[in-house]
Order: sequence, then structure tokens, then C-alpha cells
Amino acid sequence: MTAAVMATDLVKDYVLKSETVHALRGISFDIPAGDYVAVMGPSGSGKSTLLNLLGCLDRPTAGTLILGESDVAVLNDNQLSDIRAQRVGFVFQSYNLIQQLNVVENIQVPLYYQGNLGREEKQRCRDLADMVGLGDRLKHRPSQLSGGQQQRVAIARSMVNNPYYILADEPTGNLDSVTSGEILDLFDQLHEQGRTIILVTHEDDVSERTGRVIRLMDGEIELDKRLKPLRNGSPSSSATADLDDEIVMGAESAEDLETNQQGGNG
Amino acid sequence: MGMLASLWRTMMLGTKSLLLHPMRSGLTVLGIFIGVASVIWLLAIGEGISLEAQKQIASLGARNIIVRTVKPPSEVLGDARVAMYGLRHDEYDMLVDTIPQIARAVPIREVKRMIRFGPNEVDGRLVGSTPDYFQATKLEVDRGRILNAADVEKRKDFCVLSKEVAQMLFPYQDPIGRRVLLPENNDFYEVVGVLKHRTATAAIGGSFSAQDFTKDIYIPLTTMNQRLGRTVWTRRGGTFEGEEVQLNQITLRVHRTEDVIPASQLIKDALRVHDDKMDVDTVVPLELLEQAKTTRMMFMVFMGLIAAVSLLVGGIGIMNIMLATVTERTREIGIRRALGARRSKIISQFLVETITLSIIGGIVGVLAGLTCPWFITRGRDLLETVLEEQMEALPASVTNMVPTIVPISIPIAFGISVLVGVVFGIYPAIRAARMDPIEALRHE
Repeated sequence: MTAAVMATDLVKDYVLKSETVHALRGISFDIPAGDYVAVMGPSGSGKSTLLNLLGCLDRPTAGTLILGESDVAVLNDNQLSDIRAQRVGFVFQSYNLIQQLNVVENIQVPLYYQGNLGREEKQRCRDLADMVGLGDRLKHRPSQLSGGQQQRVAIARSMVNNPYYILADEPTGNLDSVTSGEILDLFDQLHEQGRTIILVTHEDDVSERTGRVIRLMDGEIELDKRLKPLRNGSPSSSATADLDDEIVMGAESAEDLETNQQGGNG
Repeated sequence: MGMLASLWRTMMLGTKSLLLHPMRSGLTVLGIFIGVASVIWLLAIGEGISLEAQKQIASLGARNIIVRTVKPPSEVLGDARVAMYGLRHDEYDMLVDTIPQIARAVPIREVKRMIRFGPNEVDGRLVGSTPDYFQATKLEVDRGRILNAADVEKRKDFCVLSKEVAQMLFPYQDPIGRRVLLPENNDFYEVVGVLKHRTATAAIGGSFSAQDFTKDIYIPLTTMNQRLGRTVWTRRGGTFEGEEVQLNQITLRVHRTEDVIPASQLIKDALRVHDDKMDVDTVVPLELLEQAKTTRMMFMVFMGLIAAVSLLVGGIGIMNIMLATVTERTREIGIRRALGARRSKIISQFLVETITLSIIGGIVGVLAGLTCPWFITRGRDLLETVLEEQMEALPASVTNMVPTIVPISIPIAFGISVLVGVVFGIYPAIRAARMDPIEALRHE
């Protein structure tokens, strides 16, 4: 099984004036491709720090964080930007769509920064909007959408670059319970398709729907518990395997994925 | 191609962002707009005045050297009953005989005289000269003929009128063959010709006013000397004042343009006796032309400085707004960074936005600049009807000026506006790109 992330002795210190804050005190974990993980913990536990590291927004002070073949710890700013554009899908609590862009343009943004925005890619963005149920609102601006709809756009955007994993930071934090349920259903659906999802939350009923809980406390892993077995041998496993292949091969377009699937089936 | 497409996308994105705040963007553009338009306007007006001045100087004749009598200050003149000063006939002969470059010389004597025909009167200027005068001053005959050598030889009592004098004296009649009266001398002169209208030339002889030909009546110099005598008496404040001026002006023409400067030097040397008396002034149109060109250059530099200041102000305005925009859009910057934008992409995004603003300002400014001739002409027409007297007091080079768009000013103004966008956009853009994506995402 290919790992989406491998963290070894991950340390992150912040130097504030004279004082050093030990946000992460050397944690290690693997997240295999296709996993659905909830990262939990009270505020100050190092949850946000871990999220920033997993999102390649920051570098660890010590230890290694391996994404595919790259160690995030040794990448420079441009390389971090590129890896975010190509390998990470972000979903934020407050959606974080760009106000002056419409739905389909918002979905396109990571591809634009990959420098990979052709006719096929644009079509895929429309397909993704369709998949999250916004196929009839492609030209709407974020301000014309409800919170749930905006979060759907954000989820579509997080998938557009075929990331190693989707990193969701309190994705239901701003939503009512009904809409939250719909969004979590969507995550379930993505998980079914073989996507790797890392979800940061402090709500137990959210974490219960995932397959694994990692609980942080004072910069250390307090608990790493698997709730459901990692999907293996299920009907969608071929897609999962192919997704892994695809990541290893570095292929990016949906067409490649399809080709691989056909190859896998035959 | 990919570069272009990406640039185009960035530009479209910039335009979209700018359209989110149309009022703010409009006000930001205003600074550049005014700067660019003022560059084009100022240069067009400057060019117009300069061309008009050059035209007037050129109408004096580039190969001419004009030696003119000026009335010296009273302390030099003394308090003799008859003031004697100015150029003399023997000096005229000396110049013609001794300076080889001279191709043609025209002696001129001018006296202010009343001219009358029937009930119509004109306060005119009686000009005595030779037939060459008409060619030397580019006067063209409209009807009849100009004076000829025989008229001068035989001291005929013939005269030629300027178009304006003819119109005033003979509103309903044909002047040719009629006799006009100079009541101060009780003399009659027969009209043999009427001239075409002649626009005023540049100021010469130390006066600010242009040489005006509209009040002139021309007679042979020989006739004038015979009839008026040497001394001209004018009544001023109850007493008579006598003035003896043999020649008011000598217009000399040299063979070639290269001869102008050496000949003018010889002439100045020959007339050195007048230096102390301060009663002769030598005007070299060619020198004036050179001076006018130097003045034009200085004017251009001066205007350029003014325009640079206004563009600087516009640029600071742009920078101010862009800094505010960057702060306001901190979150958007964070999102873009999180989604994989390199720092350079953020820089180019904001830089393109600033440049788009300044390009829009530049284009609108150029368009507004092109309206300059239209507005100036209309504006002057309006002023001439409303403030007639004040407008007449202005020099001819201003009132007759036609604003001329300097073609080079358009690309220069436009280029500067883009440059302003780059220079004043780079700092806000770098500030945007330097932001820590984590901090930026947290920004409310």
C-alpha cells in the first residue's frame, strides 16, 4: 500500500521573542492512500500546526514529512507552492473562494497555478461542478451561493488537481446540521471513490464518520485509532489502486486515470 | 503563446478585480489621466506657440538683416529743439558700397500721418521706400500696381494703400486713380495700387508689438523727402517738437543664408558709431529663429518637468490605492498562495492590475490629449467674444497659435504612464507576495 503521507519525528517550534513554543514534539504517523482520517484535539494541541505542515504551507523544524517522493522539510518556497498546486487539495472552514471569480473559475484556480489549463481541464472543472451538484450554477459568484453551495465549490476545487489528499479544516464549522450532513455525505462519496481525506475537526459526530481518528494533545499524538478497516478488496478497490498508480506515475489528467482504469479492468 | 494566454488571463483577472470597485479605480486612474493629458496638451500648446513664432520670424525673411532706427532715451537725446538721431542716407550708401554679401538693400522712412479721402480718415503710417520694399517685406499687390523705379526716379506723387486703409477710405468706391489727402502737409497722392492683406510679423526693433502693415500707405522715398523735408514737426502738449530721422529702417538681403552671420557682423561694425547713441538696432531674423528654437527646447523641458510632477503625483496615488487593496485582499492572497501560487505569480497579478490601471489612464489621457486643438480653439473663440480687450493685449503668437499635437508626445506619455504603473506597482505587489500564507489565510 502506497502512503499518501509519511511523517517521522515531526517537530515544529515557534520562536516568539525569547520564548520557544513547542507546537509539535516529534510525532510520527503514516496515512495510506485511500484513508479517511480525522485529526482532533483541543486548541493549542498542535492541530493547526500539523494542518499547516500537511498543507505544505510551512516546513517542519525537524523530522521528515514525505509526500510521494518529496520531503517537505527540504523544499524551498517555490517548490512548496508547486507541491500545493499539484498535490494538496484544501477545504477551509470559511470556504475561501475568490469573490471576483465565478464557480467554474474558482475550481480552475489550482490548475491555473500549475500552468495546466487547457480545453480538457476546463471540461473537467465543469464535470466536477456537476459532481458536487452545481452544474447549473457555473457562472454564479460566491456571493450568490449559500454556505453549503460554496463549500461544495471548495470541495470540487480541492479535487481538481488529483491531490495526494484532501485537507479539510473544520469543513462543517460554519454550516447548519442539515447542510453539514450533506457535506459529510459528499466526503463519504469521495472516500468511496478512493480519495484520501484528512479532516480536522473538534466534533465527535464528524469524526465518527471517518475511518481513523488521530487525537493530538500538547504537541504529541495522544490517540491513533482506526474506526473502520481500510477499504481493501471492496468493489472500488481497483479505482483506489489505480489512483495510487497514477500518483506514482505523476499523471495528472482525468484521461490518464480513465486509461488506467480500462487497463485495470482488462 | 502560453505566456501570452497566461498574461491575458492575468489581465482579465485584474480588470475584474478593478471593476469590483469602479469608483475607486476611476479615481485612481484620474491621476494618470490628468498627467498624460497634460503632457500632450502642454506640448501641443508649446509647439503651437513655437510654430507661430517661427512662422512670424520666417516672414521677416531668413536671408534678411534689418537695421532699424529706435528713439533713444531722452537723457541721451538731450533737449535740443530738433531731435536728430537714427540712420542716415550716407550710412545706407556706405553699407551698400562696402559689404559684398549684400544682394539688395531697401531704405525705408516712416512718418505717422493722417490720411483722408472725403469724409473718411485714417490715422495711418506714411512709408517712403523703393520698389524693392514690396518684395523684401513680402507684400503682394491685389489691384493696380506697386511703385516702380520710374516713380522713384521722377519723384511721382503716387501711392499704394494697404488693404485695410483702402477699405476704410473707400468703402464704396474703387480707389485706383483717386487722390488721397494728407491734411498735415496739404498734399495729394494718387492711388495706383492696393495690396493684399499681410499678417503681422514678429516684433522687431526692441518693441513687443508685432510689425503691423494694416495702417500703411506707401510712396516713393524720393517724393517723401522732397515733400516732407528733413524735419518732421509734431504738436505735443501745445509745443512743436521737431524730429529729424533720415531713415527709419534699412532692410538688407544677402546672397546666401551662410552670409547672414558674417554680413550682420560687418554691418554692426560699420554702425558702431551708433552704439553710444543707442538709436540703432540690428535685427537678424536667422538669429531670432535660432533663439526661438532654443526657447522651444527649454519650454519642452519645462513642460516635461511639470508633466513629470503630475505623473509622479498620479503614481503615488496609484501606489497608495494598491497598498490599501493589498491589505484589503490579504485573504485572497492567502487563498491563492494556499492553492499553489508562487510569489512571482502574486507579484505579476498585482503588477498587472496596477499596469492595467495606468494603461487605462494612459489611453483615456491620450484621447483627452487629442482633443486639445479643438478645445483650445473653441475656448479662445469664446474668450475673444467675452474678454475682447484682454485677449487683444496678448501677443500675436498666442492669439494666432494653433495647438499642434507633437506626435512623439503620444507614445512618450503612454510609455511613461505604463512605467509609472510598473514603478509604483512593484512595491505593493512585493508586499503582497511577501505575506506568509498562513497569516494571510487567518486574516479577516
